[in-house]
Amino acid sequence: MKPIEEGIKHLREQAGNYVRKETTFLDSPAFEIAAEGIVEVCRNLNEGPGKFDFLAALTAVDYFPDRPRFKVVYELLNSSQPDLLRLEVLLDESEELDSISAVFPNANWHEREVWDMFGIPFRNHSDLRRILMPQDWVGHPLRKDYPLGYEEVQFSFNFDEIDRRKRYAKE
Amino acid sequence: MGIEQKLGNLGFITTTLEQAVNWARKRSMWPLASGLACCAIEMMSTQCADYDMSRFGMEIMRPSPRQSDLLIVAGRVTRKMAPVLRRLYDQMPDPKYVIAMGDCCSCGGIFNNYAIVPGVDEVMPVDVYIAGCPPRPEALLHGIMTLHDKVMNTKLDRWA
Amino acid sequence: MYGPELDVGKSNLSHLFSERALTGETMILNMGPQHPSTHGVLRIVLELDGEEIITCIPDIGFLHSGIEKNMEAKRYEQALVMTDRMDYLNNLGNNLAFCLALEKLVGLDVPPRAQVVRVLLAELQRISSHLVWLGTHANDLAAMSMLLYCFRERELILDIFELVSGQRMMTSYFRPGGLWRDLPPEFEDTVRAFLKIFPGRVDEYEGLLTHNPLYVERTKGIGAISAEDALNLGLTGPPLRAAGVPLDLRKMRPYSGYETYDFDVPVDDRGDTYARYIVRIEEMRQSVRIVEQALDKLPDGPFRSSNRKFVPPPRSELGRSMEAVIHHFKLWTEGFKAPKGSVYMPVESPRGILGCFMEGDGTAKPLRVHFRTPSFANLQALPAMSEGHLVADMVAIISSLDPVLGDVDR
Repeated sequence: MKPIEEGIKHLREQAGNYVRKETTFLDSPAFEIAAEGIVEVCRNLNEGPGKFDFLAALTAVDYFPDRPRFKVVYELLNSSQPDLLRLEVLLDESEELDSISAVFPNANWHEREVWDMFGIPFRNHSDLRRILMPQDWVGHPLRKDYPLGYEEVQFSFNFDEIDRRKRYAKE
Repeated sequence: MGIEQKLGNLGFITTTLEQAVNWARKRSMWPLASGLACCAIEMMSTQCADYDMSRFGMEIMRPSPRQSDLLIVAGRVTRKMAPVLRRLYDQMPDPKYVIAMGDCCSCGGIFNNYAIVPGVDEVMPVDVYIAGCPPRPEALLHGIMTLHDKVMNTKLDRWA
Repeated sequence: MYGPELDVGKSNLSHLFSERALTGETMILNMGPQHPSTHGVLRIVLELDGEEIITCIPDIGFLHSGIEKNMEAKRYEQALVMTDRMDYLNNLGNNLAFCLALEKLVGLDVPPRAQVVRVLLAELQRISSHLVWLGTHANDLAAMSMLLYCFRERELILDIFELVSGQRMMTSYFRPGGLWRDLPPEFEDTVRAFLKIFPGRVDEYEGLLTHNPLYVERTKGIGAISAEDALNLGLTGPPLRAAGVPLDLRKMRPYSGYETYDFDVPVDDRGDTYARYIVRIEEMRQSVRIVEQALDKLPDGPFRSSNRKFVPPPRSELGRSMEAVIHHFKLWTEGFKAPKGSVYMPVESPRGILGCFMEGDGTAKPLRVHFRTPSFANLQALPAMSEGHLVADMVAIISSLDPVLGDVDR
């Protein structure tokens, strides 16, 4: 049996109660995990026969008017086998999630980025503060209800009007 | 006309004070190495072998703003970086010049969102804008030569 | 003020520094965003005991351009143009990651000629990125002549890109379904001329640095990291291969036909700055091999998919066919729609694993595009690599990790 299949079997046996749904999109397996079991599942996959020892990506998606609002996506890779495994956690507006930096230390900055961009707090994180935006920024930019910050483009018909409004630095 | 014809080859030239000062300022401008993003790579290419910038007197990019008089803002200016750039500009001694290299610091460029300042002229006054994404090294050299023309035509209005 | 205050007692960052900083026994030094050797706008706050680094805290975000949010407001082919600007030394590689993810999501085929050209140009881009790395790395260690030599070679590669796409750096040459336009006839001769002189130049670079006692003294044993730590901290690319883990996505999960090329993946086991230098020099040689093989087997045929639901028809067809006009109209006004669902496509960039996570929602604009960029993950390992070293080694360690701040901050 390939390591990924062994790993999945081990997951179903040991931590199967946290697995809510199993899907396959375009030949990649994806598991929807309950929020409280994410650390347990990651530890299972890391130490089990699948040996998923590398966290390739950690990101989130915002489905604004729909509920549950957020989906946090984890992509795990086995560093010697060409298989990718995806874990998804569906979260609501102000739910918290456990940090997996005890299992995968490189999740630290990825979780900081998810907190910065989406506002999803992680429990037991060593240093949860903003990473890409300035420290005193208000709001979480990648949420769907955060405005893009679009500025009107200056064409020749509105050139003078925008020129008057624009805050040029005098000196 | 004038004294030059009479003197022959004695090694004098006559000019105005303005021309002499401006000539000295333009021929020895030292840029500050403030490359931010992709345009910085083209700035480095201009500094290097094929499109040499040292023939304009800009041999090395000075790392410290206190020792430089040209700030080439090369790359996109984010809201986090804007106060830093302003501080660098304030630390430069007069006379100082600013070139906004590339589309992103001239007008915001391809980015029109919350994170990018649409044009570095909201942070500091700019002398020359160079368009391009990124501008070719020849475009940067043309911008520098335009700045030289601007410097040559400056009137000396302060004893500085 | 931007960023954390440097007075540790007053700031909320005291949990990051050691207790000696609070009494003033150690010094907090700011290696600011404007620095000649931090490879861009990277800010590092160092806690120093004399010259030795106790703690190192990177502060990033000075080049965050909101690319991911901006892509959600654009159609797919418009969003492709923004990918060039992320990792601005690997423009074609970013295009490739985005195009492969998009093609996987919508199920678009890529003709064989386009696949070979993609591999060829991606490897040339890898060589050009490593040349910039080598030049700036040696420049940071005060060997300034390397900068001039490397950029001279890079001009030859940029001439090839300009020949092919009209632009030196931000080419946007790879489009969904293949390439933007076909290769010009002078392409093969130009690339062969480059391939003839380049291996000799790499030998020159090696002759200047590899056994140079000054260089070796400054890089051997500096920034060493073990294979297990490297994997745990998320390092990929040359730093990981220099620590002993042979993880290269071109061999492990080949894409765009990489399995048909014969090349080696250099692996070293010392894990320090010198090992990373050796690995990257060898990668340049292997890329030359791949480019040669790709040029030899370049097939004829179409350069872009002919699936008119996603690829606009060439202008010559517009005068003859009504369907072509309708496809052209629909694609340029509305754009093609991607199905609901998400894909994650990792590729091997010169810095490590570049992954593109794309989620479509049935409309012409993506719901979410996220790039797992290698420099962001690699920079996380910087504190582990630099603690215990001297301040002067910091520059060598940062440049050996090869961060590109556009990649880190997106």
